Amino acid sequence: MNSTVHQTGIELPANGRSAAVHPSTHPPLDVAKIRRDFPILDQAVHGKRLVYLDNGATSQKPRAVIEAVAHYYQHDNANIHRGVHALSMRATDAHDEARETVRRFLHAGQTREIIFVRGATEAVNLVAESYGRANVRAGDEVLISAMEHHSNIVPWQILCEEKGARLRVAPINDAGELILEEFEKLLGPRTRIVAVAHVSNALGTVNPLRTIIRLAHDRGIPVLVDGAQAAPHLPVDVQALDCDFYAFSGHKVYGPTGIGVLYGKSELLEEMPPYQGGGDMIRSVTFEKTTYNVLPYKFEAGTPDIAGAIGLGAALEYVMNLGMDRVAAHEHDLLEYATAQVSAVEGVRLIGTARERAGVLSFVVDNVHPHDLGTILDREGIAIRTGHHCAQPVMERFGVPATARASFAVYNTRDEIDALVSGIRRAHEVMG
Amino acid sequence: MTELNELYQEVILEHSKAPRNFRRPATANHSAEGYNPLCGDRFTVFLDLEGDAIRDIGFQGAGCAISKASASMMTQSVKGKTKAEAEKLFNEFHKLVTGAAANGNGADLAKDLGKLGVFAGVAKFPVRVKCATLAWHTMQAALEGKQEAVSTE
Repeated sequence: MNSTVHQTGIELPANGRSAAVHPSTHPPLDVAKIRRDFPILDQAVHGKRLVYLDNGATSQKPRAVIEAVAHYYQHDNANIHRGVHALSMRATDAHDEARETVRRFLHAGQTREIIFVRGATEAVNLVAESYGRANVRAGDEVLISAMEHHSNIVPWQILCEEKGARLRVAPINDAGELILEEFEKLLGPRTRIVAVAHVSNALGTVNPLRTIIRLAHDRGIPVLVDGAQAAPHLPVDVQALDCDFYAFSGHKVYGPTGIGVLYGKSELLEEMPPYQGGGDMIRSVTFEKTTYNVLPYKFEAGTPDIAGAIGLGAALEYVMNLGMDRVAAHEHDLLEYATAQVSAVEGVRLIGTARERAGVLSFVVDNVHPHDLGTILDREGIAIRTGHHCAQPVMERFGVPATARASFAVYNTRDEIDALVSGIRRAHEVMG
Repeated sequence: MTELNELYQEVILEHSKAPRNFRRPATANHSAEGYNPLCGDRFTVFLDLEGDAIRDIGFQGAGCAISKASASMMTQSVKGKTKAEAEKLFNEFHKLVTGAAANGNGADLAKDLGKLGVFAGVAKFPVRVKCATLAWHTMQAALEGKQEAVSTE
């Protein structure tokens, strides 16, 4: 597997996702064929064809992933890095191979820079606890943005509270875009780390990462990127971005739940203390002293989610085979179409109108609370997310208690967006 | 009638658009805040309690149609009742919206509940039970004089 990977050097410009996509040079995806790869999509909900538009919460899984996990348990299951027996070696090889697949997906330089974790949340916690506790002291600052998911807020709050440090928040404008001048002003002599989303889960905003990272690096400040909502939708190249850490969750990129990735630059990871203690992360243990294992194992205490890693590897192979640039082009088309169609419905107001968006359409409807809308759409077989999307400060910024969020994946179609639009009109009828 | 129309009955929609007792009574001496973190619904229920009697009740806040209508109709139902009567009513209302009423004394329950019977449709939507009961839980907290906010999670 590699000739079909579209590593054409197309790297997402920090502030221009549409420019990263060249539909003319890449034939469009065969979405009907892709849909057949996802067995779950072929079902009715409340007597209606399922329209799954809650991909920002979790994506569905292609047969390749389901079968990779099943195959592992049916044929190769054993603990890794321990046994000399055949099964253990097969399991170890498959786990190693998955890590190498993640490296290719992220375009990381070294496989040992790929740490398996439970998800993006654990990845952020790992960096906050390990890098943060070692480097952040009383009076220091951690800088995040106002569009972060709770999981890129709370670990830093915990750290700051423990250390007597200060959490600074770079504001966003009414469109939901980071205000770069304000961000730059907040980069101070006490800033020890910057943590920002690649794509906002509540607004869909694509952050200008290259600029953010350059501004931080000019001052010697490392940057963690929460890529949970970006990895499924955009090509990611951690070397081109030059980010110091990149976190994502497997289950949002068509992989299993319970597995995710932290990428870290090896020179930072080498210096960092372990995150958890246990098996696999040690080289030798006596009661007096333990020496830690090399990367990436230093950060992977205990028997890992072997099947999850293998499933994630299969998921990433699947999207790389499609070509992340083609995935991005398809979803860009869907988002443009959805933006036009949904905003044309009477009483609809979009929340998050950044120039560069990906994957997510967040909106409110006059006289229809998002939760009521969610119930009514569900009866039409349409799954969306309603609520605060684990981004309460974002809701507060826009003065809404909640939004409705349609989020897209590679298997979604314009027909499904038409169904969403009909569903919103139906909600108007029901709610009078 | 579809399940959806049973849920969003005319009376419920009407109350959600024009909630009754949507105010803080000047004489309020008890209050509690209720919050549903799942959907962001947030209400404060105010009580004017004299001994065991609910002399006045009002609420403020924001939420979905179900939670708002439920709060509105609750205030109408419990005004003038005693604490014990209000709690009994909540107990019966809870049975109604969770579908417990369907397995037995459904008719008795509907009779006791009067107008609140329009919420029977909620039972077909288990995820919306929290919406229908948020104001009630909040009132109960206010009756009991609890200090911390009620959360449905």
